[in-house]
Order: sequence, then structure tokens, then C-alpha cells
Amino acid sequence: MIRIANGQGFWGDWREAPIRQVEGGPIDYLTLDYLAEVTMSIMQKQKRRDPRLGYAKDFVPLMERLLPQCVDRQIRVISNAGGVNPSACAEAVIDVARKLGLKGVKIGIVAGDDILDRLDALIDAGHELRDLDTGRPLSAIREHVQSANVYFGAAPIVDALRRGAQIVITGRCTDTGLTLAPMIFEFGWRDDDWDKLAAGTVAGHIVECGAQCTGGNCQADWQSIPDLANIGFPIVEAEEDGSFIITKHEGTGGRVSPATIKEQLLYEIGDPRQYITPECIADFTTIQLEEVGENRVRVFGVKGRPATPFYKVSISYFAGYKAVGTMVYSWPDALAKAQAADRIVRRRLADLGLEFDEMLTEYLAVNACHGPLAPDPPSDIAEVQLRIGVRSTDWAAVDRFTREIAPLILTGPPTATGFAGGRPRVEEIIAYWPALLPKSEAEPSIEIVES
Amino acid sequence: MVRVPLFKLAHARSGDKGDTANIGLIAYKPEYYPLLVEHVTAERVKEHFRGICRGDVERYELPNLGALNFVLHHALGGGGTISLRTDAQGKTLSTALLRMVIEIDEETARRMGLE
Repeated sequence: MIRIANGQGFWGDWREAPIRQVEGGPIDYLTLDYLAEVTMSIMQKQKRRDPRLGYAKDFVPLMERLLPQCVDRQIRVISNAGGVNPSACAEAVIDVARKLGLKGVKIGIVAGDDILDRLDALIDAGHELRDLDTGRPLSAIREHVQSANVYFGAAPIVDALRRGAQIVITGRCTDTGLTLAPMIFEFGWRDDDWDKLAAGTVAGHIVECGAQCTGGNCQADWQSIPDLANIGFPIVEAEEDGSFIITKHEGTGGRVSPATIKEQLLYEIGDPRQYITPECIADFTTIQLEEVGENRVRVFGVKGRPATPFYKVSISYFAGYKAVGTMVYSWPDALAKAQAADRIVRRRLADLGLEFDEMLTEYLAVNACHGPLAPDPPSDIAEVQLRIGVRSTDWAAVDRFTREIAPLILTGPPTATGFAGGRPRVEEIIAYWPALLPKSEAEPSIEIVES
Repeated sequence: MVRVPLFKLAHARSGDKGDTANIGLIAYKPEYYPLLVEHVTAERVKEHFRGICRGDVERYELPNLGALNFVLHHALGGGGTISLRTDAQGKTLSTALLRMVIEIDEETARRMGLE
């Protein structure tokens, strides 16, 4: 049995989590997920400004803190912290290892996922990289592309582990691959062990969002979930046969139960019979759960099918500008005041001849979450926040909008407040373009460096 | 007939993939699952979310988990970073679905303690 601990569900997740995963009990592997779709474009921008940047910088001080213990206890760390510059990330970690006097620490670097420089050649060769949602070919937005990365799976991480890496730093790879890789490595699963690969993939899916499977963001009886302030992040106790137990360290808060696991199993999936990764297709309708102890759920019975011949590609592109302005109005007639203010802003923008691709008004505490499904608010509602958003490819129009919120304070309905944050910011929109690429068109590279 | 809000029968989690949202609806008890299968159809969910979801709704069954998965296309105002909504990633569509009320016959309601 091996223990694989997830210590980070996204870049910005709880900073104490990876430390507690290492210090709170026995583990063999620590996995850390830093990359969301939009993160890659931010990192490309950073790398363009400074070729030594473009990775999750938080990873370096974290390694400074944890590396001595990890070396001592032979805990391997697997992370996609490399972003669009995994070798620079590895170099920074090597520096830290040397500073700590740790010699001979091997770091595996998985790269080759970045295909930004090859996009034109790929398009010329007939790969249209059509948007999986809309079907449009990439040529429609080619000039606006900011980043383009193939999602590799567990395979290159397994290679790095086989070559002795204590830390594996990757660029874009599947979140599930971070967890599946140690199982393939430790248990020697074959490329066509579809059921086992699918089981490891399911384990990866359960833990990839950190504490969202251990009681965080859980609706089932949420008020009874103990001590969320001290929530334990998930640990997979994986067996060679593909079955595994999801648990968390002793003495931590949160909950591991069939209900918390089910919520995460259904999170961000499509057809449950076809959960597609580079390794296999996992069938979520075959997953069996059994509560085998307090905060211990056994997962077994998972079936898988052969992988597809494609990698998923994550492309980000510039898609215009947006801004959001807010203002709070108090009782009496809070909602009526906010609605009047909305009409005023819209009238003034129209009088300026400004048009937007989209303009959206929401009333927080009334309908922002559930829209038309929300019931009528109480007539004596204490306060309402007006929230107006605009989107346009015309920067000047969005900028002008940001200057139409503050005037409401003295020129609109009474009791306007909550404007201390200042003028709304014009944000660049970096949108996401998912596509497919034949696996033959992208080859992962693996390099081992040593402190 | 007895009117039962879904939040008494099930819990849920929702999320996004671009402009597509999905909602996992999970029965609190195994005996509630057939009620979900019978009453919470793709058509009813599409009707429930009119004004929020502008595309098709697909439903998938996971009897092994006592759960249904709904995929709602064009449901997030453009999705991700394009959407202007507070809930651009559809995190609260889960509870929006739990607002749905289904009608079950009195004998079934009595048997399941849902009166």
C-alpha cells in the first residue's frame, strides 16, 4: 500500500495544507496542483517579461520548508508547478536544496507540453484545433492566442520517477495524472491495465480538488461537518489491485464519507461512462463505495477502456475587456433604489453612444446566484448591492463605464454607499479554447537535474 | 399528490467546463433515487433553468452512486472569464436545482416519511 497525499487543489489554495500533509502523519507522495486554464496565460506573460519566470513561484518557498523532511522520510513530491517554464522552476528548487545543504536531490523535469511556438506549423499541417465546445477552427482567433499546452498524463511523470526523481516538476498535465503516476510506478501497472489505470484516474479525480472531497464545499449536512478551520486534505491509500481508500490524517477536521466522495465524483464531469484521460477512459458508473471506518471510504470495482488517440490541448486567447461596478443601497426601498441607479447608468451610457457586447445587472442578496429562480426578496430588505458588468472589445467603452459608477453617489438615489474600493478596474479577458491533437504530434521530454 | 422540494431528497454539486455547467444530484437515501430518475428529467431541468440555460440539457444516470448528472449547455453567460455573472462558474446552480419541487403520490410519500 502507498499513501498519496494531495496538498493543493488550485493555485491559491490553503497554504498550510501541504505542510500539514507532510507533518501530520505518514505519506509516501505529496501531489500539488497549481494550474488552472487561465493560469497558463498569466505565466506566459510573466515569462515574456522575464525568461526566468513563468511558473508557480509559491512552490519554491514551500519546498524550502518541506524538502529536508521529504528527503529524510523519502517522500516524493509531484507537482505541475512548472507552468510554462518547468526548468526555471527546477533551477529555483535546486538553489533552495543547495542552500539547505541537501546534495544529490534529483528533480525530474517534464516538458514538451508547450506548443505555442508550433501552432502555425500544426495548423499548416492540417490540424484545425477546433474548439471542442463551439466547433470553430483555431484560425478564427489565432492572432489572439496567449498560450497553448498539451495535457500530458501520468506517463512522463512515471518515467521521471523511474529515473530516480525525488521531485517531479511538470508543465501542463492532467490533474489526475499527478496521482495516477505513483501507482503505475510503484505497482508496475501496464499500459493496457485499463481497469487499474481507470481506478487510479478515479482516485486522482477525487483528490485533485484538495479538501473538496473531505468536507469542504460539501452540501450534505454541512453544518455537522466538524472543525473546517482545521480541515484535513485527502490521502489515497492505494493498493496494487486498483482499489483504494480515501482518508485524511488523524486529528484533522472535515469529513470523509460516501456523501463527500460522491459530491466530488460528480464535480465537473460530462458523460460518466466516458471520463477521458491520456491513459484510459474511466467508467464512473462502475465505481463502488464502501464506508470502512471513521473518515475512511473504500473505492473499488472501477472499469476502464482503451485511451483515445488524442491529447487534449488547452489554449488561451485574448477576448476583449470587461469591468464590474458595484454600489450598495440601504433600507427603505433598497431594491427599488438599486434598480433606479441601474437605469441611470444605462441611460447615461446610451446617451454617450456607447455599446457593449454584453451588459449584465445583478442585485446581490436578491438574484445574483439563482437569477430568475430566486424568490421575491422581502419588501423591507435591509440592503441590496447593485452589480453591473460590461464586456466589449472596445477598451475605451469599458473604461468610460468604470467612470459612471462613482457619480451615482451624489447624482442618484439616496443611501448609496460601499464605494471605498474606488473605480472599477478594466480587466483583459483571457478566454479558454479546448481542442484535441493527435498524440503523435506532441512528445513529452524528461530531464533529471541534481542538487 | 404531495409536493416535495428536491432539497429534502438530494444534495448536489455543480461546476463548469467553459460555457457548459454540470450538476451532480445525489439521493440522500437509496430509496429516493428512483424518485429522482422518474421526476427529475432532462426536460424538467431545462424548463426549470429557462432564463439561465440557453442550450440543451443532457441527463446521465449513475445508479451505483444513487446520482444523476445533468449537463447544461450555454448556461454560464459565456463561461469562465467571459461571463459577467457573479457565479460565472456555476457553483450555485447545484442549489438552484434543489429549489425544484416534485409531486409524488401520497402512498409513496407516506412510505418514505416525506409528508
